[in-house]
Amino acid sequence: MTSAADVAGLLGRTGYLCDDELATVTYLALAMQRPLLLEGEPGTGKTALAEGLAEALDLPLVRLQCYEGIDATQALYDWDFPRQILHLRALEASGGAGIEEAEKSLYDERFLLARPVLAALQQSPAVLLVDEVDRADDEFEAFLLEVLSTWQVSIPELGTVKAATPPVVVLTSNRTRELHDALKRRCLYHWIEHPGLDRELQIVRTRAPEVSEALGRQVVGVVQDLRTRDLTKPPGVAETLDWARALHHLGTAELDLESAATTLGALVKYREDSDRVKQALDQLLRT
Amino acid sequence: MSASSGSTAEGIRGGDEILLAFTRALRAGGVPVTQDRTHDFLAAAALLGADDPGAVRVAGRSTLCAAPDDLARFDQIFEAFFNSRHGLPRPRPVVRPEPTAEQLPLDDGEGEQADRADDVIRAAASPTEVLRHRDVASLSAEEKQRLAAMFATLRPRPPLRRTARHQRWHRGQVDASRTLRESLRRMGEPAEIAWRRRSQKPRRVVLLVDVSGSMSSYADALLRLAHRLTQGIGNVETFTIGTRVTHVTRAMRTRDVERALVAAGETVPDWSGGTRLGETLRFFLDRWGQRGMARGAVVVVFSDGWERGDVSVLAEQMARLRRIAHRVVWVNPHRGKDGYEAVQTGVLAALPFCDDFVAGHSLATYADLVEVLADA
Repeated sequence: MTSAADVAGLLGRTGYLCDDELATVTYLALAMQRPLLLEGEPGTGKTALAEGLAEALDLPLVRLQCYEGIDATQALYDWDFPRQILHLRALEASGGAGIEEAEKSLYDERFLLARPVLAALQQSPAVLLVDEVDRADDEFEAFLLEVLSTWQVSIPELGTVKAATPPVVVLTSNRTRELHDALKRRCLYHWIEHPGLDRELQIVRTRAPEVSEALGRQVVGVVQDLRTRDLTKPPGVAETLDWARALHHLGTAELDLESAATTLGALVKYREDSDRVKQALDQLLRT
Repeated sequence: MSASSGSTAEGIRGGDEILLAFTRALRAGGVPVTQDRTHDFLAAAALLGADDPGAVRVAGRSTLCAAPDDLARFDQIFEAFFNSRHGLPRPRPVVRPEPTAEQLPLDDGEGEQADRADDVIRAAASPTEVLRHRDVASLSAEEKQRLAAMFATLRPRPPLRRTARHQRWHRGQVDASRTLRESLRRMGEPAEIAWRRRSQKPRRVVLLVDVSGSMSSYADALLRLAHRLTQGIGNVETFTIGTRVTHVTRAMRTRDVERALVAAGETVPDWSGGTRLGETLRFFLDRWGQRGMARGAVVVVFSDGWERGDVSVLAEQMARLRRIAHRVVWVNPHRGKDGYEAVQTGVLAALPFCDDFVAGHSLATYADLVEVLADA
């Protein structure tokens, strides 16, 4: 892989269509072995990029979903205590090993529960997706920073696990809070916008091939228009796909007011929005 | 990378040198560019080919920017630096606040008179105590200075929330994994039972400070209060609202209060403009609040409720805010004054969605607000 066009091509084959800028940034992240920090509206394909990358590069995808209160034992590793105790009891019953051996056998790799970050380092090359990193606490960010800069984890009882090749890391954030500068500095930054009409139509055609071209065009046209209107939550690409599929399932060949109204739940998720969208549809479909 | 820059260095200007100059222009333009970022930028540009303007732009956007605001500034400066028609970088366009014709609030005169009456009665009290209760809008420059120092006496405590995390405690739930670990330390023998409880964390506080014309005499004091809260509690996000929404948390984090105020002054483009509370609130919720900044937070709105726009928008957005936030506090500087009635249309629309409606015209009322926050 030697250029941004290669990346775009590979991603395109997996069904992830990205614009030139995103392809270039992804190429940079791969070439410079830097984590990629993606921000943008929900439903613009931040998580899907990591999935697409894993598929395109034929690497395992390791996903770490962040949440409030997540800590190192949930991200790195933990010891399997119940199994260790069972093991001890078994040793006791057989009356076998001496104390030292018993102790040694207790901290064996088979009792180690590898959590996502350690798993990614062990399996590397791999794609590590750190999803919604803004939900985790500040302390967790500091810890993540350490792993992302050294690509190694030390386990006191076992030794250091170091990735042979650094994993491809994608971090996504919804900007619920500002991430720490130190973490941002480690990463390449990209803000994902909603796709334009042509690209979105392409996405619908690749992701939902069962939807007819005419219906797809209508759906994308309406969604693109809705994004320019004043909605609480403008629909993302994920919603466009849902809506197109929903219409297809109902056997709609052409978008009309009735079919649109019954399937609106796939597109907008707020009551205030659905009122506004119904009015907008009136105008859009009449003309 | 070094080979290519080395060969051109003796020519007109090395490519790296131009890019370095560009990073300096960016820094001057307000994008926080650091040394290591510059280094990454040069490496990325070299990878993509520094002779391709599009590639340099992408390299710069991904390595030198860290937030959507940075991206906008970057594009502006990039355009000015590389595509300037006159061959020279144009100075950064300064956004000047448009002067707006502003009608003075009707009840201001009454309020001041009431305060003067107050002064006569309280002449015997200590000067500090008097200053604590004076309306900040009616203070002279010297009194304001003295009052500024008194903000340090506020002792904010953060509102708390329970977290998903547990902490060790002497009663509560059984901490199974710790108990097991303890017993493992004794080679599998049962040991003391460990207990745990949910730990507590400061809840986020979001301050929305109205800096429109009708609030201009309070803006300074309110930002001082915001600074004090940010320094005292930590997890505080501050926005100014008026005709636009500006995120000023970064400025408020500056330790020195005077510098913080200057920094805020430089970031806020709409001092003393009009107010479109409903629309600005919607912008805040769309861009920050809904995503999580206001989620479960204590949101404090400092405003007199003079609404130029459509009141129904304000009501709708307040309802939305109420659904997201843990608690909504409305601070109105006119509330503490004699004869105040909530008659402003904005206040009337917003009141049903507020958990607390408190006064905010003097240091004493700010001390009360600090208490309200701690208990939220």
